[in-house]
Amino acid sequence: MEAFTTHTGRAVPLRRGNVDTDQIIPAHWLKKVTRDGFEDGLFEAWRKDPEFVLNRPERAGATVLVAGPDFGTGSSREHAVWALQNYGFKAVISARFADIFRGNSLKNGLLTVVLPQDTVEALWKLTETDPTAEITVDLVAREVRAEGITAPFELDENARWRLLEGLDDISITLRHGDTIDAYEARRPAYKPRTQAA
Amino acid sequence: MGRTLAEKVWDDHVVRRAEGEPDLLYIDLHLLHEVTSPQAFDGLRKSGRRVRRTDLTIATEDHNTPTLDIDKPIADPVSRTQLETLRKNCAEFGVRLHSLGDSEQGVVHVVGPQLGLTQPGTTVVCGDSHTSTHGAFGALAFGIGTSQVEHVLATQTLPMAPFRTMAITVLGELPEGVTAKDLILAIIARIGTGGGQGYVIEYRGEAIEKLSMEARMTICNMSIEAGARAGMIAPDDTTFAYLRGRDHAPQGADWDEAAAYWRTLRTDDDAVFDHEVVIDAAELAPFVTWGTNPGQGAPLSQEVPDPASFADPNERLAAEKALEYMGLSAGQKLRDITVDTVFVGSCTNGRIEDLRSAAAVLEGRTIADGVRMLVVPGSVRVALQAVEEGLDKVFTAAGAEWRHAGCSMCLGMNPDQLSPGERCASTSNRNFEGRQGKGGRTHLVSPQVAAATALTGRLASPADLADVPTPVEV
Ligand code: SF4
Repeated sequence: MEAFTTHTGRAVPLRRGNVDTDQIIPAHWLKKVTRDGFEDGLFEAWRKDPEFVLNRPERAGATVLVAGPDFGTGSSREHAVWALQNYGFKAVISARFADIFRGNSLKNGLLTVVLPQDTVEALWKLTETDPTAEITVDLVAREVRAEGITAPFELDENARWRLLEGLDDISITLRHGDTIDAYEARRPAYKPRTQAA
Repeated sequence: MGRTLAEKVWDDHVVRRAEGEPDLLYIDLHLLHEVTSPQAFDGLRKSGRRVRRTDLTIATEDHNTPTLDIDKPIADPVSRTQLETLRKNCAEFGVRLHSLGDSEQGVVHVVGPQLGLTQPGTTVVCGDSHTSTHGAFGALAFGIGTSQVEHVLATQTLPMAPFRTMAITVLGELPEGVTAKDLILAIIARIGTGGGQGYVIEYRGEAIEKLSMEARMTICNMSIEAGARAGMIAPDDTTFAYLRGRDHAPQGADWDEAAAYWRTLRTDDDAVFDHEVVIDAAELAPFVTWGTNPGQGAPLSQEVPDPASFADPNERLAAEKALEYMGLSAGQKLRDITVDTVFVGSCTNGRIEDLRSAAAVLEGRTIADGVRMLVVPGSVRVALQAVEEGLDKVFTAAGAEWRHAGCSMCLGMNPDQLSPGERCASTSNRNFEGRQGKGGRTHLVSPQVAAATALTGRLASPADLADVPTPVEV
């Protein structure tokens, strides 16, 4: 997992609440066998509309999604996070995220930032008026900054540490490699093997 | 205080224990199949990781494999891609794979035990909920998600949240004509599909001790349908006899050492379970489901229940919905329900004893007009054994279709599916809406009941067959 310290990028203001994971990535995309290539499925239904904000040329290359409240509800599919990341998003800002989606996002290194709805409104206004306006999401200072806006946010210490260090569950376990080696050294010889090591 | 079987196996696998963190458990055996592994391998590739212990990992193709024309290319592109991806991944990462056409291919939960890889006191995981099957050997066996699959591939360990323990004691002996499947269906009807939530269930008592290994697998397999984390049975002489001489069973001095350890794997007399259930085997009878979850079942001799008879409003609503989906009405005799299809197979009832018991009922008889019966062995080995015993001939002579090994109509990821409205007596484990095909209606049954049902065209047990004419011997 890539470490996240601070990120600055242009934004996509998504003026919708209750965006569920089916809208983020529809079910028929779940048949894929990889973790990438989901970018075209992101918000698939809405993208048929050329006026949909993601389709506007001035939003190309944007990396911060500013969404309405209750983002990521519904099915637990991890694919929703992969789709956002595959598309190029590094951070999502919303007043409220669904629990499982939030857990999945932090596990995968997509920073989900909770800010009050007024601040979200302010960010919407700013980036709608000026599509080139940049937003900085600073995990070190736990702060979101944009022109005229400085907003602190909270994140639990363990999740923050893991993002800053770029540690996924596997990396954390691998830090105990010696302990695993030691356990393996004591495993009895009669334990089954599927093939020669 | 003494410990339960599950606690002993758990304790023996703790790699790391730290305050406020889940225990890190060592995994002895990791089983893979094509559906839940691709993103896990992809994750490894992305982070430049390898499979830590290819010698504790094995893969087989089962969910998507066709049961006819297995030498032809697979028509469905999604199924084909999943299988091809598994082949590519196993080759790249050095994982042993049994592909379609291989003599060891089959349903992952049939393959592990028959190779002797599933052993008492081991931890077994697979990206598949029916991994609970392996608990029949006194193994601690869990189904896991794709990110956990990746975690095990990379580290051979898993951080695991603690569980609670439940004992289900089955007193006495199963009456004649009552099988392990009837027992587990009755248990789930009794404790409910959520009754096992958070628990590892240990099945014990005289009736369990008398069961064969294969019957024990049927029981543990369906623990997950009661919501349990895992199901277990203490290893005993039946377990050891089943294992001895199998390809991957320990040999010589290793066997003696292993067996000495295995004999310690019993719940201590002074151990305390968090919850206990006692069942009297003598009260059991052939059991079938009438609804759309495995807990909605009743003895075959009864009627479809009236939803109004359920005190719990959620259960009442669930029963109403189930009857509507199943096209049944309250008070209808279960024995009057006619079926179009009979499926014998799956990791619940696709082993050789299951095929033998279905064949014994069919022998010398013909299935009812208009009934389609599919017999799908759980693995190629089971199929070869059945052919050696002439069971395939019994099935085809009765009018059933003898197919190639795989999951098949258990979940209909391959072409073996029910059409909308079709009704099936199935030896599998899930009667969820659409499980065997969109709009399909499933009644879970034992292999004997499946065979008797095929003969009469309506839900029946072998005891009902007296009036089905058997051909005169020539
Ligand atoms: S036979 Fe059915 S339950 Fe068993 S692994 Fe296959 S699909 Fe799952």
